Amino acid sequence: MKRFDYVRANDVGEAVAALAASPAARIIAGGTNLVDLMKYDVETPERVIDINRLPLNTIEATESGGLKIGALVSNADLAYDSRIAERYPLLSSALLAGASPQLRNLATTGGNLLQRTRCYYFYDTGTPCNKREPGSGCPAIEGVNRIHAILGTSDQCIATHPSDMCVAMAALDAKVHVIGPGGERTIAFEDFHRLPGDMPEKDTNLQPGDLITAVELPAEDFTAHHSYLKLRDRQSYAFALVSVAAALKIEDGRITQARLALGGVAHKPWRDTEAEAMLKNSTPGVASFSAAAAKVLETARGYGENSFKIDLARRAIVRTLKQAADGTPQSQTDKRIR
Amino acid sequence: MSSQDAQSLSPAAVPIRLTINGTERRLQVEPWTTLLDLLREQEGLTGSKKGCDHGQCGACTVLIDGKRANSCLVLAVVKDGAEITTIEGLGQPGNLHPMQEAFIEHDAFQCGYCTPGQICSAVALVQEGRAHTREEIREYMSGNICRCGAYTNIVDAIEDVLGQSSTLREAAE
Repeated sequence: MKRFDYVRANDVGEAVAALAASPAARIIAGGTNLVDLMKYDVETPERVIDINRLPLNTIEATESGGLKIGALVSNADLAYDSRIAERYPLLSSALLAGASPQLRNLATTGGNLLQRTRCYYFYDTGTPCNKREPGSGCPAIEGVNRIHAILGTSDQCIATHPSDMCVAMAALDAKVHVIGPGGERTIAFEDFHRLPGDMPEKDTNLQPGDLITAVELPAEDFTAHHSYLKLRDRQSYAFALVSVAAALKIEDGRITQARLALGGVAHKPWRDTEAEAMLKNSTPGVASFSAAAAKVLETARGYGENSFKIDLARRAIVRTLKQAADGTPQSQTDKRIR
Repeated sequence: MSSQDAQSLSPAAVPIRLTINGTERRLQVEPWTTLLDLLREQEGLTGSKKGCDHGQCGACTVLIDGKRANSCLVLAVVKDGAEITTIEGLGQPGNLHPMQEAFIEHDAFQCGYCTPGQICSAVALVQEGRAHTREEIREYMSGNICRCGAYTNIVDAIEDVLGQSSTLREAAE
């Protein structure tokens, strides 16, 4: 690991000032991804700002009836919070599908949003990577790409965003609270992460000096009809090849509200509002679910080793929507897929 | 830490305070030192193991403020003020923790390299109280890899201790 200056911020103001003074600094919270990347020299910050002392570790009710999750709330504390588990079980489920108990104790909400891709080439400083070294090339496109993206790719990058938590937050229409040099603002979840385009080095639309303070969940919850299905090479402690978050409202045998987002398939959590619109007012069943899946994957493109993901995603979407509609969400301990 | 070690630290070293296995320690640490390296190299507590050093194997698992964590991914400096429990703090020869006893009883290891992490993780699993079945034990132990494949006996050992603790809880009620 390269040496760095260590700065400990004691409140939000100090953290923002420290970031403004050195915009290239890295924030450390749980550190589970940053420290890993620093050991590989993928991240080589000259300064690391420790925000663990900041009072951002609570979950509070909002005036509009939702919940505001502090950026430092750990993935474990979030998953097991009774309000989250009862009102937003989709989010609990997605969190518990990710990582391991040890990592969930360390990893934070803000850090999960900012975790980097697990693309092999991004991690391997002996190879080119446009995300790590802009302009150097993308060996994944014609290389080892079993885990890579099938949607929203560019000719510069086919990396995926690795988070489970974020897929559920996308489906739940969360908002990200940020404070930066210009003050506080909120970013719609859809606009938080970005597609690679010709700037794959940028994972998000955060501006230099921005600090994530919270994620807000709207009042609208989906407690009766939801499921998070994660498909991977081993049944626990592995990143998704494909994951699907589905949430529905069903009244009198018709879908009145639908949410659908995928993980493991794109540079960002992949929510498809057009597919959601198709599901709305339809009768829950294989016909409408298959049509929605076809819509999501209309523009999907395989790159060889990952081409299997297109059909896998199609079937995963149908199955997850069925689990949601039936009120039988995927268990994250009993791994059998029903 | 020997005085020679102290002198070899960079001027960037910062003072921190940790309670390690019940003993308060005032330490100088370089900011890039992981908790695992601090425990092993500066504190001589070599029970916690360096397997992958990237949070993928769980051999470095310790308890930080009572919660299990991968010490290889934690910069020691960010845990200033924390209480750390390592395998050495759980039990010693002649005075073993019930989980250590159970691992021996069930032959829950072969080479033993992952065992300190497995035991720290298993102790936390029991305290968390979320695992009640073998299936759940396996899921909540998935952060600890055993390359020898002693998983069946590891689950047996944990199930045994879980059974004892639920018996104790029932007796107390």
